[in-house]
Amino acid sequence: MSIETHKPEGTDLERFPVPDPGIEEHIERWTDADADAGNRAYRQVLMMLGAVPVLAIVFVVLYFALPRNSFVDIFGMEFDATTFLLGLTGGLATLLIGIACIHWAKTIMGDEEIAEDRHAAASPPEAREVFAAEFAKGAEQSGLGRRKLIGGALGGALGVIAVPAVVLLADMGPWPTSAVRKETIERTIWAEGVKLVNDITRRPIRASEMEIGQLVNAQPENLWEHHGADFQVEKAKSSIIIVRMDPSRIKIPESRQDWQVGGILCYSKICTHVGCPISLWEQQTHHLLCPCHQSTFDLGDSGLVVFGPAARALPQLPITTDADGYLIARSDFTVPVGPSFFERDSNGDFKEGDR
Amino acid sequence: MAKPAEVSTESPVLETERPPQQASLPKGVTGLATWADDRLGLASLLKKNLRKVFPDHWSFLLGEIALYSFIVLLLTGVFLTIWFKPSMAEIEYQGSYQLMRGLPMSEAFASTLALSFDIRGGLLVRQIHHWAAMLFVAAMTVHMLRIFFTGAFRKPRELNWLIGVGLFSISLIEGFAGYSLPDDLLSGTGLRFVDGLIRSIPLVGTWVEFFAFGGEFPGELIIPRLYMVHILLVPGLLLGLIAAHLALVVYHKHTHYPGPGRKDGNVVGYPLFPVYTAKAGGFFFVVFGVSILMGATMQINPVWNFGPYNPAQVTAGSQPDWYMGWVEGAIRIMPNWEWHLGSTTWSWNVFLPGVGLMTALFVLLGLYPFVEAWITGDKSEHHVLDRPRNAPTRTALGVAGMTCYAMFWLSGGNDILATQFKLSLNAVTEFMRVAVFVAPVIAFIVTKRICISLQRADTERVLHGSETGIIERAPDGGYSEPHKPISIDEKFTLTQHKQLKELTSAPATDSHGVAEQGAGVGRLRALLSRWYLAGVITKPTAEEIVEADHHANGHELEEGHRHDDGDVPADPAGREVTH
Repeated sequence: MSIETHKPEGTDLERFPVPDPGIEEHIERWTDADADAGNRAYRQVLMMLGAVPVLAIVFVVLYFALPRNSFVDIFGMEFDATTFLLGLTGGLATLLIGIACIHWAKTIMGDEEIAEDRHAAASPPEAREVFAAEFAKGAEQSGLGRRKLIGGALGGALGVIAVPAVVLLADMGPWPTSAVRKETIERTIWAEGVKLVNDITRRPIRASEMEIGQLVNAQPENLWEHHGADFQVEKAKSSIIIVRMDPSRIKIPESRQDWQVGGILCYSKICTHVGCPISLWEQQTHHLLCPCHQSTFDLGDSGLVVFGPAARALPQLPITTDADGYLIARSDFTVPVGPSFFERDSNGDFKEGDR
Repeated sequence: MAKPAEVSTESPVLETERPPQQASLPKGVTGLATWADDRLGLASLLKKNLRKVFPDHWSFLLGEIALYSFIVLLLTGVFLTIWFKPSMAEIEYQGSYQLMRGLPMSEAFASTLALSFDIRGGLLVRQIHHWAAMLFVAAMTVHMLRIFFTGAFRKPRELNWLIGVGLFSISLIEGFAGYSLPDDLLSGTGLRFVDGLIRSIPLVGTWVEFFAFGGEFPGELIIPRLYMVHILLVPGLLLGLIAAHLALVVYHKHTHYPGPGRKDGNVVGYPLFPVYTAKAGGFFFVVFGVSILMGATMQINPVWNFGPYNPAQVTAGSQPDWYMGWVEGAIRIMPNWEWHLGSTTWSWNVFLPGVGLMTALFVLLGLYPFVEAWITGDKSEHHVLDRPRNAPTRTALGVAGMTCYAMFWLSGGNDILATQFKLSLNAVTEFMRVAVFVAPVIAFIVTKRICISLQRADTERVLHGSETGIIERAPDGGYSEPHKPISIDEKFTLTQHKQLKELTSAPATDSHGVAEQGAGVGRLRALLSRWYLAGVITKPTAEEIVEADHHANGHELEEGHRHDDGDVPADPAGREVTH
């Protein structure tokens, strides 16, 4: 318990160099002093409360009367009529109830400030003593004093009973063991011979159609064999971008020479930072910028990170052309796409001498 | 502090007639009250609390705004659950929004479109709900700042501060879970981000990801699961914590700002019934009404413009709701640090600014009251609030924290800053990497100096009064500005604060051999105490004030009076008696 709150205050000159003058005297409000002003405030409160039923009726009428898809034009802005007018009437009605109550409290209710004594947050010492005595009685009655093991056993039992409850949650998702990871986050539906198709038109892309500087968002042709959640899961990994750059102006490592077709390179569209799809393409610098967190990758240099929070290069998809000149994949991605994860070290993504 | 208030004593004397006060209740009320009391015994409970005193100040309404917007969220949320379908099953949209007819989308997104276009008032309620959520977190944040800067977290309210920090942290989860539900392109992008965030947790990241999403991202379980979190789990926790928060406010009684008659041993204000019932009850309707008007006139989260979630698409300028902006900013400006140990990857570039920073904020907030009490050695109860200038180091720490938060928050819009101000995105990012560390230090120093200057100004005001703005020319040609003494009320307000003493590590005893309080503490604590109190201005002593008053009496102005018509005799407290 604090001593300070119980010391008579305003007397100690060191603590309070100016003695407490006490609560200011009450100054009458205009509405107390002037009968007209008081009556005016009274009328104002009544008018505000009286407007509420009117607005409520208008709300109900509008709800049933307003045609669907009607709009109101205010200051050149088009508002959906139902949303705007229902909100306006309902909102004003609600607001008026509040303002009326506060106006009533501030102008009509008595406004003399009053003081109430505080008690210390702590219980008085007598209460503590009684509590301690009662607790001792209870403890004695429980027999824990003599048969101590019950307490420990109960504590242990309560602790262990949580284990089954937690284990119940073990099936919340598949366990990402090495085998499961290989079939999920370390794999996409890209495979040898899968055609690269435009992600909107689903048309296969001929190498000869790609111009230097062009970027195409693409998907594997077999993506649409998947449906529902499965479709989204696969799409979240298989999305790619195809870019064509002037081969003489970019760096292609020796080991990746056969991953491209005449300067047409293909990269995962999924950012290695936290997985946003990337497609802000700076044609001249060959940089690809992620709109979420601005990681920047150099597509003219194996997709290495040149700026931003991403730490891993964009995975490159090895591609070639089929007999008809359409772009096809040579295999799946050689490394997992998307954000890094704990169980895999990405240091070996590039072969010696590639960087 | 305002200049001394001039109060006119010449109001028209009008005695309003009031009917004699009746102590008894109207008959109908008595009947009902008796019926209820026979069963519930409410009278014993309410006899003490019915007229419970609450102090009046605008800043005490901030917490109320948070509470009321939470109620608005519960009410509007119930309406939304009537229509929303938390399912990621794919359907073909056949609703009335022409632009999306025939598109495949999740049931969650389709039902959000139905709420927006086919259900009367649905869009209104959706928008009220979203605006109220924004308001809820904003009000909580500002309320927390008010508590911090006025020292309302001090004994005996430390536990309530902890409950508040808990409320603040789970509200962020609640908000995030809520805006992820519609399964539109923007919210799906947010989920994608969280997937990456979870995955970055060292050791268990992949496991937590697979458990949260029921497998790979996005799967079809995350929205039903977040729905449960959003409408059951977190609201339940919030309700429980809010109840505890309010119960403690009632038990401790509300703090009040310093002023005449305001002590640690009392609370000065207006009674719960009827004044605060009307004011606080009315304020609920004001908050609700404003939320409705915002929902009616200000568009928020137009999901039909974003379209259904597509993992292959994203829009530039994608950002979370405002309260996650600081985390987003930290994620953006973090250098790309990654460790490779053995066959493992440690993604510090995502983990530190995401999980690490959020944890750091909540841990620091939670610890602060205990750390400050340890540094100051102040063990007494406090019910009169600090004026922020009288705790310069705390205030400076608070402003430094706000500045750091603001820098992170601005970083969350580094692309917008770059395009709007025609700056290089890379330069903005690199500037922010430095600013999050340097700006708080500058803010700390500047704030501390401002606080100390304000303390000096207070001392000046107490001893020499306020400037009159009148320039007098002395017969010898000199110019001077006479000062006018301030009222006794203001003098008390400016000098009532507790002057903390530095703790010393030297084991000290006074002349009687009794150990002095606050001596003989550890070196670190003594050092921190010195740092905490460095530069604090010692408030004038009683003698100094008396002497200054005598000095002022040499001038022609009266002192120590609430009004300056000096004909009225003063009462013993030094305050004149008014008519």
